[in-house]
Amino acid sequence: MFGYSMADIGNIVVMQGFSGLSMFTVLLLMALGLAIIFGQMGVINMAHGEFMTIGAYTTVLISKVAANYGFTDYYFVFAIAIAFVLAFAVGYFIEFIMIRHLYKRPLDTLLATWGLSLVMQQIFRSSFGAKEVSAELPEWMLGSFNPTPDIDIPINGVFVMVLAALVTFGVYMFMFKSRWGLRVRATVQNRTMAGAVGINTAKVDRVTFALGCGIAGIAGAAFTTIASTGPTTGTLYIVDSFMVVVFGGAASIVGTIASAFGIAQAQSVLQFFMTSSMGKVSTLLVIVTILMMKPEGLFASKLRK
Amino acid sequence: MSTLNRRGFMKGALLGAMMAAGLISGHALAADYPTAKVNTTGLAVTDTTVKVGILHSATGTMAISETGSIQAEKLAIEQINAMGGILGRKIEIVQEDGASDWPTFAEKAKKLLEKDKVASVMGCWTSASRKAALPVFEKDNGLLFYPTFYEGLEQSKNVFYTGQEATQQILAGLDWIAKEKKAKTFYLIGSDYIWPRTSMKIARKHIEQHLGGKVVGEEYIALGDTQFGSVINKIKLKKPDVIYAAVVGGSNVAWFKQLNAAGLNSSKQTMLTISVTEDEVLGIGGENLAGFYSAMKYFQSQDNDSNKKFVEAFKKRWGKDAVIGDVTQAAYLGPWLYKAAVERAGSFDVDKVQAALPGYEFKDAPEGPVTVEANHHLTTKLRIGQWGKDGQAKVVYTSGYIKPDPFPKGYQ
Repeated sequence: MFGYSMADIGNIVVMQGFSGLSMFTVLLLMALGLAIIFGQMGVINMAHGEFMTIGAYTTVLISKVAANYGFTDYYFVFAIAIAFVLAFAVGYFIEFIMIRHLYKRPLDTLLATWGLSLVMQQIFRSSFGAKEVSAELPEWMLGSFNPTPDIDIPINGVFVMVLAALVTFGVYMFMFKSRWGLRVRATVQNRTMAGAVGINTAKVDRVTFALGCGIAGIAGAAFTTIASTGPTTGTLYIVDSFMVVVFGGAASIVGTIASAFGIAQAQSVLQFFMTSSMGKVSTLLVIVTILMMKPEGLFASKLRK
Repeated sequence: MSTLNRRGFMKGALLGAMMAAGLISGHALAADYPTAKVNTTGLAVTDTTVKVGILHSATGTMAISETGSIQAEKLAIEQINAMGGILGRKIEIVQEDGASDWPTFAEKAKKLLEKDKVASVMGCWTSASRKAALPVFEKDNGLLFYPTFYEGLEQSKNVFYTGQEATQQILAGLDWIAKEKKAKTFYLIGSDYIWPRTSMKIARKHIEQHLGGKVVGEEYIALGDTQFGSVINKIKLKKPDVIYAAVVGGSNVAWFKQLNAAGLNSSKQTMLTISVTEDEVLGIGGENLAGFYSAMKYFQSQDNDSNKKFVEAFKKRWGKDAVIGDVTQAAYLGPWLYKAAVERAGSFDVDKVQAALPGYEFKDAPEGPVTVEANHHLTTKLRIGQWGKDGQAKVVYTSGYIKPDPFPKGYQ
């Protein structure tokens, strides 16, 4: 068929299937933090990418420390934990000095967080230099895993996949199975009533925002395995993140998952059969068309109008 | 020699001896070139100083790449000042930030030329920024030294191009890989903008018409795209002898990391890239590049005296971890070429400087001797470097001198 052997085509189908799944988990990890902040709180956080960059730089710094003290093989676990804590802390602080004053003006959060993202980029540049840096990856994370000699499954792809599954599960448990999640959902649905029944809504907001930022930090740390770390790394992810959340229906985490899956598969398949740019353009066209017909996104929460 | 009288000879000999002993200060030499004579067009040249602009992005996306150029230009200017300056005048730097925004480049170029009256400008990096600033340089008759290797198809009397134009970087590299690796099939991949597209057009023509090879795939990646899964699978299906790559920026890092993770490392796949220098390696990581080839005119590891001196001075000035890529070296040439041009012209007037530079051979360039041609580009050699894990390239091939040809016939 087309001058390729059946074995070749079989191998490519397997690897192409994996790269579709891999892209799905990347998009999901990218968008989860934003789904909480934008989806649940309605804050348009344009600095989402920069919180990912915090995670990326944390990983690079810790990889340097690890190289000095000889724990390069498993530093990544620490890096992810510390990336989460740092991004959470910065998010907590930002909510306190900036975001909480803007809850009544959601469109202004767009401008304010965009400014924040520029400030953060320049801080990265001033403190770590303008050039891109690279975290030295542990040996086991490099290269590929071969189920048969002609099939290569990228190990870093598997790593991101496992991590995305864990984080998604964690978010699900937090939002739907914990007291905190209950308070978050109550606050989102009716802030005044939630306050009236004794929920500290200000604190709920702060923790929710910080949590979204923390997850962005985890994503940033994980992406050092597949992409670059530099002051403007965050800008590479921000558009895709918003696309996934908006397409999925802003208020729904299930929507985010479904949307990440749909976009990733469409893009992955189209990019295989068309050129890379055309694949992306076609995906965007489909998204725009669907959004025109369903402005609330795939999984809209039911509203009385 | 016969016309040289005794007194003149003595004066010359004395001057030579004093210069050799480092006894001549800038003032003494400047007195031989009165400001009124060397500056007839109102540039910012005084009896003791001359203003030179530096116009690069110190902020924004492009700061990643342009920082090295700023550092190299400053180093060259400091070295020139330490030697007494140009015609006895110390260079004063006026630095402006193009902020990775093309209209800003035009605006700042205007400010440098019209308000500061700088005698020349070292600057621009992307073709977009150069194209934005070019009309300003042509209107105000300024002088720009542009360091980046670029797509060619341009020549202006107001610009000297110290990097390679496309044919200088592409043709000899393809010839080498076709011969050395017996390559017949090529997969072309680049970022989606003018430089990779023009380069790939030239590469395809050369492969098909001169090398008897075949292009089995040609792919352009949107700037900033970080997902290469599908593209890599396409490459695996086509099994090209050589991947010819010109991916830039954050995408470049993702491209190499994902290629390696997909099992296509240098033991299984030959790749020649025209967009990786020592600067990019910092972000990509040597372990992801080991064994692949880059075609550039300069590598930091080049083993000659002027390069050793340059590398040592650069590290002393900008830190021991600093690396020097192709464009950084080309940027370093700018101030030195300007100095030579002014001295040949005996004047700072832009028209005279422009006329004086072509034909000049800069023997002490770190990359090895280069010659400025009448079309304002340099005659240089092309080198192929093979990357090692430590982030340095070993030069495995050096071409002969290649004349610049910004408007190549048969390749457009």
